[in-house]
Amino acid sequence: MNIKLLKLLSQDSRTSTADLATMLGMSEKDVCAQIAEMEREGVIRGYKAVVDWDRLDNAYVSAIIELKVTPKAGLGFEDVAAKVMKYPEVESVYLMSGVYDLNVVVKGKTFQEVAKFVAKELSTIESVTSTATHFVLRRYKELDVALLGSGKDERGSYSF
Amino acid sequence: MDYSKILSPTVQEIKPSGIRKYFDIADSMEDVISLGVGEPDFPTPWEIRKAGILSLEGGKTRYTSNRGLEQLRREICHYVNRKYSLTYDPATEVLVTVGGSEAIDACVRAITAPGDEIIIPQPSYVCYEPIVRLAGGVPVIIETRAEHDFKLTPEDLKNAITPKTKALIMPYPCNPTGGIMEREDLEAVAEVLRGTDIFVISDEIYAELTFGKHPHVSIAAIDGMHERTVVVNGFSKTFSMTGWRLGYACGPAPILQQVTKIHQFAIMCAPTTAQYAAIEALRNGDEAVANMREEYDMRRRLIVSGFNRIGLSCREPLGAFYAFPCIRSTGLSSDEFCERLLYAEKVAVVPGTAFGQGGEGFIRASYCYSTAHITEALRRIERFLKTL
Repeated sequence: MNIKLLKLLSQDSRTSTADLATMLGMSEKDVCAQIAEMEREGVIRGYKAVVDWDRLDNAYVSAIIELKVTPKAGLGFEDVAAKVMKYPEVESVYLMSGVYDLNVVVKGKTFQEVAKFVAKELSTIESVTSTATHFVLRRYKELDVALLGSGKDERGSYSF
Repeated sequence: MDYSKILSPTVQEIKPSGIRKYFDIADSMEDVISLGVGEPDFPTPWEIRKAGILSLEGGKTRYTSNRGLEQLRREICHYVNRKYSLTYDPATEVLVTVGGSEAIDACVRAITAPGDEIIIPQPSYVCYEPIVRLAGGVPVIIETRAEHDFKLTPEDLKNAITPKTKALIMPYPCNPTGGIMEREDLEAVAEVLRGTDIFVISDEIYAELTFGKHPHVSIAAIDGMHERTVVVNGFSKTFSMTGWRLGYACGPAPILQQVTKIHQFAIMCAPTTAQYAAIEALRNGDEAVANMREEYDMRRRLIVSGFNRIGLSCREPLGAFYAFPCIRSTGLSSDEFCERLLYAEKVAVVPGTAFGQGGEGFIRASYCYSTAHITEALRRIERFLKTL
C-alpha cells in the first residue's frame, strides 16, 4: 500500500491525480491504478467534505453515546454493533477499551430528537445494559481541520 | 538638526531593501496570496516548544555563558559530527549566537580589516553585502549562473581573487536559488583555496533541507578546509524555530575566540529559553525534521512542475525551500513582473534582483505553503501570464 498517497488523499481528497503524481514522483497512470486498487480492496472507503455545520442556521446536533453491552456467546460485540450501525442516525460506532463497550456517535436535528432516538432505539436493543449520552456543544476541530480561528498567516507577505 | 551629519556615512550608503515597496502594496490589499516568505509554515515541533516551556517553569531565566550553555555546545558538536563528519571542541570552537545572522556578522567583523575584500556569490541572502560594508570591507560579487545551477565555479572564484581577498562567503544551500554544492563542486573550490590565506565563512543554515539523493556536504569536511572555515548554522529553518533566534558558529579556536569577544560585548549571550529548547531539538528532533523535509519535497515537486507547465522555466532546486523560475520569456524585468503580478492577481513573489543584480530575469517563490495555497498561486500566475 502506498502510505504517502493515502496521507495526501486524507489531507485533501480533491488533489488532482496529476498533482499527486508530481508530488510523489510517480506517473499519473500509476497513481490512478493504485487509487483504484485501494478502492477495490476497501482501503479507501469514501471521499467526503469536511463541513463546519455550526455555520449554518439549522445545524444538526450530535452526541456521543456510551453503550454498555452484554456480549453474546460466540458472537461477541459484533452482533450488537451490526444492529446499532444500521440506523441512519448513527455516524460512527467504535468498540472501546475501558469502562464501557461501544462508542456511538449519533446525529439529529435537535437535542430532543437525539434523546428520543437513544431512549426508543439504542437503549431497547437486547443486550444493551446501559447508555450515557454526551451532547456535543461546539466543534473546534473536525477530521484534522481546525474550525476555530481565522487561519490567517502570521508571517505576512514578504520576508527574506 | 542635520541628522545626515550625525549618521555614519557607511550606514547611510547602505540601500534599503528594494522590496520594501511591495510590503506596503501587499499590506493595503485584501486576499493577497503570498509565495514571499523565507520562513517555514510549520510550528516549532511540540517537544521542542515544551523543552522551552519547562526551562521557564524551572526558572532558568538568567544569562548563560557567553559562548552558550555548555550542554548545548556539546550537542552541537555531536550533531555536526554525526550529520556532516565535522569535529569541533565544545569548549573553544563553538559559539551559540542570536540566529545564523549574528554569527555571520560577528565572523565578518572578526576577520575584516578596512579595505579587505570579501567574495560573495550572488544571487544570495540579502545580509552578506551590508554586513561586509558595515565591517569596513569591500564586497566582491561573483554572479553565479542558471546554466551552472547557481553553483560557485572554481574559474569564477579564481578570477575574483586579488591580493586583497580576505574571505569567501559560501551561501549553500542557497536562498534564493535553491542551488547546492556537491562534494565534487566543493573539492574544486577547495583546490583553489588550499595554500592561500583566504578564509571561508560557510552559511549552512539550510543544510538539512536538501532533496533527492543529495545530502549536504560541508566545505569544512573537505581536505584542508577545516582550518580555514567557520561553519554557520542554526535552528530557524531546520527545526522551524525562526522566532527563537538561535544559531551557531563552529571554527578554529583562534578565530572563535575573537568572534566570541564581539558577541560578548555586543550581545552577552543568546536567549536562554531558546538554548534549552535547542538542546531538545538536536537530541530528538530528527524525526520531526524528516517529516517536514518530506512535506517540503512534495511541495517542491508541485511548484517546480507547475512553473514549467505554465511556461516559466524552472530548474530543479536541490536545497532550501525556494523555487527560482526564470521570467525572461515574459519580456518583463523581475521588478516589473513582481509589481504587475501583485496588482493584477494579488500574488506576492520576490524579484530575483533583491538578492543581487545577478537575479535579474528570475523571481523567488517560496514553497513554505500548503499545497492548496501553492496550487492557487500557480493558477493566478498562469492567468496573469495569459494577459501579457
